Amino acid sequence: MVTSKANSRKEFFRQLQKQKSLVLLSIPFFIYIFIFNYLPLWGLTLAFQNYKPYRTFFEQEWVGLLHFKNLFTDPDFYRVMRNTLGMSIINLALGFITAIGFALLLNELTGSLYHFKRVVQTISYMPHFLSWIIVCGLVSNMLSMDDGIVNALLLKLGLVNEKIHFLGKPEYFWWIVGFTNVWKSMGWNSIIYLAAITSIDPCLYEAAAIDGYGRFGRMWHVTLPGIKSTIIVLLIMNAGWILNAGFEIQYILGSNGLVLDVSETIDIFVLKRGFARSSFSFGTAAGMFKTVVSTIILILCNKIASWLDEERLV
Amino acid sequence: MRKSFGDKVIDVIIVFIMILVVIATRYPLWNTLVISFNDALDSIKGGIYLWPRKWTLYNYQSIFRNDTVFRAFLVSVSRTVLTTILNVFFSGLLAYILSRKEFVFRRFLTVFMVMTMYINAGLIPQYFLYRSLGLINTFWVYIIPSMVGAFNVIVIRTYINSLPASLVESAKIDGAGEMTIYFNIIIPMCLPVLATVALWVAVGAWNSWFDSYIFAPKQELSTLQYEMMKIIASSMQMGVKQPDYLTEASQQSRNTVTPNSLRAAMTIVATVPVLVVYPFLQKYFVTVNIGSVKE
Repeated sequence: MVTSKANSRKEFFRQLQKQKSLVLLSIPFFIYIFIFNYLPLWGLTLAFQNYKPYRTFFEQEWVGLLHFKNLFTDPDFYRVMRNTLGMSIINLALGFITAIGFALLLNELTGSLYHFKRVVQTISYMPHFLSWIIVCGLVSNMLSMDDGIVNALLLKLGLVNEKIHFLGKPEYFWWIVGFTNVWKSMGWNSIIYLAAITSIDPCLYEAAAIDGYGRFGRMWHVTLPGIKSTIIVLLIMNAGWILNAGFEIQYILGSNGLVLDVSETIDIFVLKRGFARSSFSFGTAAGMFKTVVSTIILILCNKIASWLDEERLV
Repeated sequence: MRKSFGDKVIDVIIVFIMILVVIATRYPLWNTLVISFNDALDSIKGGIYLWPRKWTLYNYQSIFRNDTVFRAFLVSVSRTVLTTILNVFFSGLLAYILSRKEFVFRRFLTVFMVMTMYINAGLIPQYFLYRSLGLINTFWVYIIPSMVGAFNVIVIRTYINSLPASLVESAKIDGAGEMTIYFNIIIPMCLPVLATVALWVAVGAWNSWFDSYIFAPKQELSTLQYEMMKIIASSMQMGVKQPDYLTEASQQSRNTVTPNSLRAAMTIVATVPVLVVYPFLQKYFVTVNIGSVKE
């Protein structure tokens, strides 16, 4: 036993010697990753202190779980959690329905319409690559009271009698976020469903046609069941991001006092509490709570998704 | 299969829906483009939707003549170029190291790197780290923290693994060093995947603003996206003052430009690079997207 251990150690050092240049090359990466990704974890100690910038680490006052207690008794915390979950669920539902619907319709464009399909697809990806800043600017233009196309169209079609101040009404805010997300990522998210559709056996369509199913019948009874497992796995995986309702759009479009109550998410809460009021410790505690809960949900959801996938339960 | 009459009706309906989708996707940006080419005073009268009424290049001239905006543009370009080159180079190098099956720390380093995709200390600890490294309010805060991307490494490594292993082995027998192999074999062989990762990193770097806001709020280090953010925020009454140069620009030129028109021109300048690049990305993005789900 001892000799084999010594042998394997010898073997290890022999390998090390042989791979000297690879090992040397990898050292800077170890250091870099350690500094930028692991070292900040040390900063999480802030959450358990009453951090004051002028004190050294050893002079800081340790307060245990006080900041977490404060967090859970803060009425604002429940408000931002409600907003986060609300917008997440709307984003998830709208995002799924539109992406799947779009993929199903695109898939119907065959034969002479194939090139049209390619063009539509390429155009539909475009918003995914725009920054949120630009998207927020565009949304506020479209919904503007002055010359926004949405108000102009609604007036022209006689659906409303006077212009609506969309971005100033709390009851619209979550839906504006939801539909902006649809605008930004519907085309992009449909890619994966289109790919799943291509793996459906064409014989199934022929069989369904012989059984007398029309186009929509085939869509409903062949295409949708064919991509069911993809849909379920993606749904569970995306549910893992439930605490990430977004940050930028709520921060930019939701910043006016009229909708602040419904627009602030947990990420904005962490930012505002941590920096604006310089209560670093409380901000760190809130951020830590979010990251830990979020990571647990994410890992759980990924596990469930891969388990379902392997067991072929869906 | 020949299409029946009913099929053709359905085709027409679907094509109609798709055209609506295309219009809804393209119109907001198109309208901004139109406004950016339209005379500012004329735009105030409203009713500009699909085509400029009074053509002008003046909005663009004003933003590029403006020192603040021009500087932000230069900062955006330089951070994007530098981040892209460094990130691709180092992610590729790490991917090459991790692709070597016999490397003794292969497993350990892979796990060490992949873990970073899950753990995140949060904004405030990150801020403290950058401050102790002296990065706050320097240009380097844009570059140094984003020199390696874990996801990029995985994508490039997967590509390297699909190459014949004999390439590297025979070079080793010929006595080539690791860096020689990386420069002369890996980089030329991996050009497609490196190009994709490069565009990907470039779009991300060009679009980011949050790091300016938190880590480099100094005006000289502002980027185009961050300037856009300030302008839009001020128009949303966020307690952010409209940047002085917008107000000044509209006063100096005796009201021939307005904040709205300048904003439209800036939006276009900030968007065009992305619009030019993204169609090249889609082909590979699709495979990566699907691959990452299947794994």
